[in-house]
Amino acid sequence: MLKRLMPVAAALLLSTAAYAQKPGGRANVVIQPEPPGLMVGIIQNGPTQMVAGNIYEGLLRYDPQLKPLPQLAKSWTISDDGLTYTFKLQSGVKWHDGKPFSSADVVFSANVFLRETHARLRASLAYVDTITAPDAETVVFKLKQPFGPFIGIFEVGTMPMVPKHIYEGTDFKANPANNTPIGTGPFKFKEWVKGSHILLVKNTDYYEPGKPLLDEIYWHVIPDAAARSVAYETGKVDILPGGSIENFDVGRVSKLKNTCSTDKGWEFFGPHSWLWLNNRQGPTADKRFRQAVMHAMDRKFALDALWNGFGKVAGSPVSSSTKFFTDKVKAYDYDPAKAKALLKEMGYKGETVRLLPLPYGETWQRWAEAVKQNLIDVGIKVEMVSTDVAGWNQKVADWDYDMAFTYLYQYGDPALGVSRNYVSSNIAKGSPWNNVEGYSNPAVDDLFAKGAATAKADERQDAYTKVQQILTEDVPVAWLLELGFPTIHRCSIKNLVTTGIGVNDGFKDAWIEN
Amino acid sequence: MEFWKRFSRHRGAVIGLVFLLLIVAIAVLTPMLFPSSPWRMVQRPFLPPFTMDRFPLGTDALGRDVLAGLAYGAQVSLIIGLISTAAALLIGIPIGLIAGYFGGLVDDVLMRFTEFFQTVPSFALAIVLVAIFQPSIVSIIAAIGIVSWPPVARLVRAEVLSLRSREYVEAAILSGQTNTTIILRQILPNTLSPIIVLASLMVATAILLESSLSFMGLGDPNLMSWGYMIGAARTVIRQAWWLSFFPGVAILLTVLALNLIGEGLNDALNPRLSRKGK
Repeated sequence: MLKRLMPVAAALLLSTAAYAQKPGGRANVVIQPEPPGLMVGIIQNGPTQMVAGNIYEGLLRYDPQLKPLPQLAKSWTISDDGLTYTFKLQSGVKWHDGKPFSSADVVFSANVFLRETHARLRASLAYVDTITAPDAETVVFKLKQPFGPFIGIFEVGTMPMVPKHIYEGTDFKANPANNTPIGTGPFKFKEWVKGSHILLVKNTDYYEPGKPLLDEIYWHVIPDAAARSVAYETGKVDILPGGSIENFDVGRVSKLKNTCSTDKGWEFFGPHSWLWLNNRQGPTADKRFRQAVMHAMDRKFALDALWNGFGKVAGSPVSSSTKFFTDKVKAYDYDPAKAKALLKEMGYKGETVRLLPLPYGETWQRWAEAVKQNLIDVGIKVEMVSTDVAGWNQKVADWDYDMAFTYLYQYGDPALGVSRNYVSSNIAKGSPWNNVEGYSNPAVDDLFAKGAATAKADERQDAYTKVQQILTEDVPVAWLLELGFPTIHRCSIKNLVTTGIGVNDGFKDAWIEN
Repeated sequence: MEFWKRFSRHRGAVIGLVFLLLIVAIAVLTPMLFPSSPWRMVQRPFLPPFTMDRFPLGTDALGRDVLAGLAYGAQVSLIIGLISTAAALLIGIPIGLIAGYFGGLVDDVLMRFTEFFQTVPSFALAIVLVAIFQPSIVSIIAAIGIVSWPPVARLVRAEVLSLRSREYVEAAILSGQTNTTIILRQILPNTLSPIIVLASLMVATAILLESSLSFMGLGDPNLMSWGYMIGAARTVIRQAWWLSFFPGVAILLTVLALNLIGEGLNDALNPRLSRKGK
């Protein structure tokens, strides 16, 4: 009896010692836009992940330096040859419907369910030979060849665990259970009134003692950006996740009383923005023109004036929060004189270049106007083309542009979120997310392949350092900023952002101070 | 001279005319007054008005001079107002003349065609047209022209119907003049005064339409216009009132001036009507 109580007592002691954490209360959060569904194994867009990160869990979490932390797996080992990953699961984990969670669920999720529904994970699972469950609390992934980023693919948005007893043998996408999601997470799905709110309640059977602390999470659907600011000011909501209000409002709202903001919690995603430069034709095909663009842009100004100083000027194709970033690369300061000299050297004759802004609202429109003016100031003739989201997708995917704004996530590892935009095997019409600039360099292809095909950190760093040096010299695209999306919340809400995916990782540690 | 006397009797019209001439002067002189582009970032963002002599109306979210924006916006508004009105007149007048002069089946067909355009709300139609053809100054002018010709056609037709049975027209027919000559020489000159009045009001409407389109983000992205300035200021209205206030005042005064001028022209060109009114 004493033995069984010991861990509970120890946990209680620990938690009271660390903080005077107070259980109870409700978190009122903005969700924008309303997610199309909550089954994160099938839908992986931002708002879905944000809500579903409380309902579902992955085997691991990642801290802001992207080091793995235990979640459904309490420990793990990687064999020396980098081919065998063994996970020991937590004991006593139950699904929200009371059925026990076991290694069979992990095998089903990774091997059957997500292989069918999750395109991004499927690409990584191509390296996997077998997934087996030697016993109820052990799972073994055997790879065909070493794959560097493999330990980084186990967070809830990439590899969420789904219940085998509900989905096995069904049509996954049409399963009615998708409307009443069942996970292992700290909060259970209670109700969803479309156009109004989503309500999650505390999972009282949660396997981590004393967690979660909150009683409820109430996600408010408020379609208008200005109305979301007002909802925060009037006290209707207490948490504004990154991107929920206009950037121009961020400065004002974050200065309100009892308001804290943080740009942490995006390290795993590493949102990186750049201008696609069409390497195939026109002046953008000339390396010197592309370097001139880098020197012509006042990126620090954009950071301060448009992004409230949240984020960083991007120094390399790899975000500084992504693994294997290096700053030992060619730097491009704001230097219009140098830009003009480069243009003169290449013999630029004033050909018009078309600039396609990202149709994601006011900030991006203003940003395009600022960049356009920067380019005009060094003598580049720019014509702005305006489109809607569908038109932007189509023009970029069909390579019908000269310069186009974009931003993409990096998922913590160059092999997952960087190489796709630069390797020549990824030049294919029809997608706005691949190598749409048409840059092709066998040395870069080799280095990216080398970096992915080993689990040894120093070998990987070596390959990625070289690749970043080549790319910053060639400037296949013009990097802008590492974007920062601040989470704004009442200071009384504690431990809201604790990991590399921030609010997407669930609110199991969050608590409210009175 | 007689015309000017009647026009100046309407004091509002004179004020409107003075203000409009001022706007035209600004628009013409803009390249001299503000040699650098209105898109240029010249000072820190959100500089409040009346704090720096060089930028009396302050700066916007990117540190661009609001006064320069207003001056370049005047150019855009006037150009779009005038050309799109001319386009509407070019479509509307011939249709009205032909429908009114020939009557019968021709009239029926042309008027049903006109009604087809009249039944669609003009702003909605303009949005659709601009969205389909990509926002640019040409597509905006075309869209405004296309949605605003039907009233011209109807007005001209009504005028022609009343002139058609006058004796001098019948005399012209008897003297063997061709239809084209009769329409252009006898009828058109006598319909001009209501057209001129209508046109001055149409310029005002066109400026409003362009501003509304730009406000919705459907302006020419390469041109600084008043509507664009207000649209861009919408999200920051609580921090920076001046960004939407000054262009708003510019639109208000310009449209008001054009309306006053329209009234004055009406009095001056229809002396009998105005005397009856007084």
